[in-house]
Amino acid sequence: MSPPGAEWLPAGIAGLVGLSLAVAVLATAWPRQAHRVGLLGALAITAWVLGLSALFLNTGPDPEAAATRVALGGWEAPLGLMLHLDGLSMTLLVLTAVVGLATSLYSLGYVHDRIERRQFWPLWLWLWAGLNMLFLSGDAFNLYITLEVVSLSAVALVAFTGTAAAVSGAVRYLLINILGSLSFLMGVVLLFGEHGVLDLVLLEARTEAGPTERMAAVLMTAGLMLKAALFPLHVWLAPAHGSAPAPVSAVLSGLVVTGSFYLILRLWMGVFAPLATPAFGILVGMLGVAALVWGSLQALRAGRLKSIVAYSTVAQFGYLLVAFPLMLVDPGAWRVVVFFAVVHALAKASVFLAAGTLQHAAGHDRLADLGEVLRARPRTVFALGLAGVSLMGLPFTGGFIAKYLLLEAGLGTVLAGSFIGVLWVLAIAGGGLLAAAYVLRMVAPSFQRGRADAGEAVSPWMDWVPLGLATVAALAGLAGPLTLNTLALTPGAP
Amino acid sequence: MDGGWLLLAILFSSLGPGIAIFFLPEHRQGLRTALNLGGAGTKLALVAFLLDGVLRGDEYYFSLPLMPGIDLVLAADALSLLFASLSAVLWFVTTVYAIGYLEGSPRRSRFFGFFSLCVSATVGIALSGNLITFLIFYEILTLATWPLVVHRGTPAALRAGRLYLAYTLTSGLVLFTAIVWLTLLAGAEGFTPGGYLDGLADTHATTLQILFVLLMIGFGVKAALVPLHSWLPIAMVAPAPVSALLHAVAVVKAGAFGIIRVVNDVYGAELAIELGLTAGLLVVAAITIIYGSIQALRADDLKQRLAFSTISQVSYIILGVALAGPLGIIGGLVHLVHQGITKITLFFCAGNFAETLGIHRISELNGVGRRMPLTMLAFTLGALGMIGLPPLAGFVTKWHLGLGALEAGMPWVLGVLVLSSLLNAAYFLPPVIRGWLGERRKPWNEPLQAHAGPTRFETHWMLLFPVIFTAALGLLVGLFAGLELSPLGWVSLIVRRDYSLPEFGL
Repeated sequence: MSPPGAEWLPAGIAGLVGLSLAVAVLATAWPRQAHRVGLLGALAITAWVLGLSALFLNTGPDPEAAATRVALGGWEAPLGLMLHLDGLSMTLLVLTAVVGLATSLYSLGYVHDRIERRQFWPLWLWLWAGLNMLFLSGDAFNLYITLEVVSLSAVALVAFTGTAAAVSGAVRYLLINILGSLSFLMGVVLLFGEHGVLDLVLLEARTEAGPTERMAAVLMTAGLMLKAALFPLHVWLAPAHGSAPAPVSAVLSGLVVTGSFYLILRLWMGVFAPLATPAFGILVGMLGVAALVWGSLQALRAGRLKSIVAYSTVAQFGYLLVAFPLMLVDPGAWRVVVFFAVVHALAKASVFLAAGTLQHAAGHDRLADLGEVLRARPRTVFALGLAGVSLMGLPFTGGFIAKYLLLEAGLGTVLAGSFIGVLWVLAIAGGGLLAAAYVLRMVAPSFQRGRADAGEAVSPWMDWVPLGLATVAALAGLAGPLTLNTLALTPGAP
Repeated sequence: MDGGWLLLAILFSSLGPGIAIFFLPEHRQGLRTALNLGGAGTKLALVAFLLDGVLRGDEYYFSLPLMPGIDLVLAADALSLLFASLSAVLWFVTTVYAIGYLEGSPRRSRFFGFFSLCVSATVGIALSGNLITFLIFYEILTLATWPLVVHRGTPAALRAGRLYLAYTLTSGLVLFTAIVWLTLLAGAEGFTPGGYLDGLADTHATTLQILFVLLMIGFGVKAALVPLHSWLPIAMVAPAPVSALLHAVAVVKAGAFGIIRVVNDVYGAELAIELGLTAGLLVVAAITIIYGSIQALRADDLKQRLAFSTISQVSYIILGVALAGPLGIIGGLVHLVHQGITKITLFFCAGNFAETLGIHRISELNGVGRRMPLTMLAFTLGALGMIGLPPLAGFVTKWHLGLGALEAGMPWVLGVLVLSSLLNAAYFLPPVIRGWLGERRKPWNEPLQAHAGPTRFETHWMLLFPVIFTAALGLLVGLFAGLELSPLGWVSLIVRRDYSLPEFGL
């Protein structure tokens, strides 16, 4: 007998896709009112996702019972398209809803020009819909399509202000994305040619460690690493994220890269799982250490506030790579990795929003000349600092809990007799210090003695939303057990 | 979750007002003062209530799951109450002092916000029921103190802040790693008198030794053990109430309290002796005591001399713990309180001299006793207490430490105590002598009167009363050490209750 409410899950899933698409279409068709549609849509989607998660958790604790697959139009795989909801996708949907709502509220204040408003809202709502569908997609081709929706709307969002810097950044971002998508698509084609199915569950049952799978794994992973800006394919990230408008940067750094990472994780936990060898794990881990060090050093050298934040994304994603060899020793560690990514997304989005407020007030984001504004806007600096503490992995934030669990997994490999584990432990622990150093660079000027000048007025949304989201990132420290339990509702995962 | 609400209320009595103060506009001085004093007073009352409950034998416990198998645990045992009451009392006094000290200066909302966070973290440390909870509050303390250290915003303050963070965050990571490791081995146990690692002693002896060293590095930076102490003398650029709080209650004491917890409630004295860990700690503590005193002798800046004196005095606590016998532990624990009361008096006095007369150096103290007799009297009491003159607080400590050394069969520690007392006298008597007997020919600079007008007493009453209170307290805890509710009485109760050592008798 299924738990109460389980029969509503399929409708809830299909409804979420329908709702996100409807909001996006409505905003596109009615650009004059796009911001009103956007605000109502954001509230509705968030409420829907939260309701769905309550339903979903209620059907636990058996992962097989909770995870739900919906055949669109009644066509079962391999013929039809399947929507797929499990603990992993549920967690990321909630994350997207929280960051999405905060970004929407922030944008009410940030995007005030009437023309810009008509361009921003439809694009952003398409991006959000794309992300929701990405997390719900259950087959490789659908994943490709949703990934394209996300990428293209992201590119347009980078460009929408129309300045020369924004357009050139967007073009570079577009090329990178096309390259990444093509690489991914080729991998999909290879898999389809070999096995004749696209559905991930069916594929997983059929794959073995053959040459085709290897080739497909290389192509798809490389494409996604490019999109997720994982070291050493990260060079495009800082210019693109640094030059985009603040709410867009927040979404790019918080959600879009996380979405690509989600796909990598999904593929390697399922279809490509047989291919992961310890040597490969060590290679990935080494890349992670390099990303941590290199990204942090760049963040320490960068002269602009938003560049610091963007490089910090490169560094923080290093942790995710470092965690890869840990997952080979302790397969259960994947939940820790996802929790880390969630917490990072919350903190990173709030840092970007706070940076946007400061940039708007000062008219620029050159750190050396930002002191006056930093001193006059303690609330924004506090948001920056609070989210920064989460990035450093210090209590009482979500970052601390994530760091604790990562460190536990790292020490676990050491105790299991792996020498290289010492390197992972050092990287996980030491990365926090580097983060502290670059967060301090952003916060310390506000304590310096000197003139204070609040600069241009900002709307209350821009004043308060960063602080609110940073508080959520901090309180995520209390959500550890809930998140890990939700993630445990993923069938097939260890 | 018996009585857990009380522990939470104690935590939130400073956290709540602290957060509220952050959002107060600068000019709402009355409301800010009300919040500050209201929070401090509420905390004092709640801690008194808790004290009463623990004396009656009630259990207080609160837990909240953080991670699978790992909880945030607040608990109240006699030891945590020792530290909690110390911080509640001294916080109240320091709040009054700080309000007076910062009157008319900018950015007070920020200051008092972090000030309250700092005290919440300290009380959290006191009430922590396991190592992970301890770590959480310990790191929050690091973060909450930094804005106080750099409060003045001068380049020197920012440099001190950077150094402070470099030391404390690095040691924090060492501590973090050690605690995760220990938890992997032994589980997330709560603090247990006598320790909870006995089961691992045979199989993991070396690991436990390494972990102990890591833990001591983690706590030793805040406790300013040589050679990890360099940040402390530099961090005294902070405003006087911050220095007072840092040295007497919050940061330095948090490190010392951590060491006490690890030795007594994680490893247990017996296991620590067996693994040869206390011997090493004893040597480090002895070196720190002597080294701090010698450095203090060389400093002319009054606050700097006090800072080096802290390095030396806090190691008395560590010394007592490392002696690992009941009398030594009594000496160490009671010094946690005694040093706090005495050192806060001295820092308040130094702040009064600096604020009222612009005096920062010992060489400028000549004749100050005639201009500010009450402050100078308090300073004298504090200094004599530190030297260990009976019947002042410091004497009680040194007496028990000496007995503890004999009990542990280590008479060389007596030599350390005697030498350190001589050095204490050598660096504390000169300012006292200059103050009372020195002559001042020129008229005094009066920066306080210049900007705030004439004062009724020798200085602003909010600066004077806290000094008199803590000085009197230092005298009273020494005089009435024999009472059951004196720090000594309470510490004896702890040792009797928590350390079931058979040979114990007073």
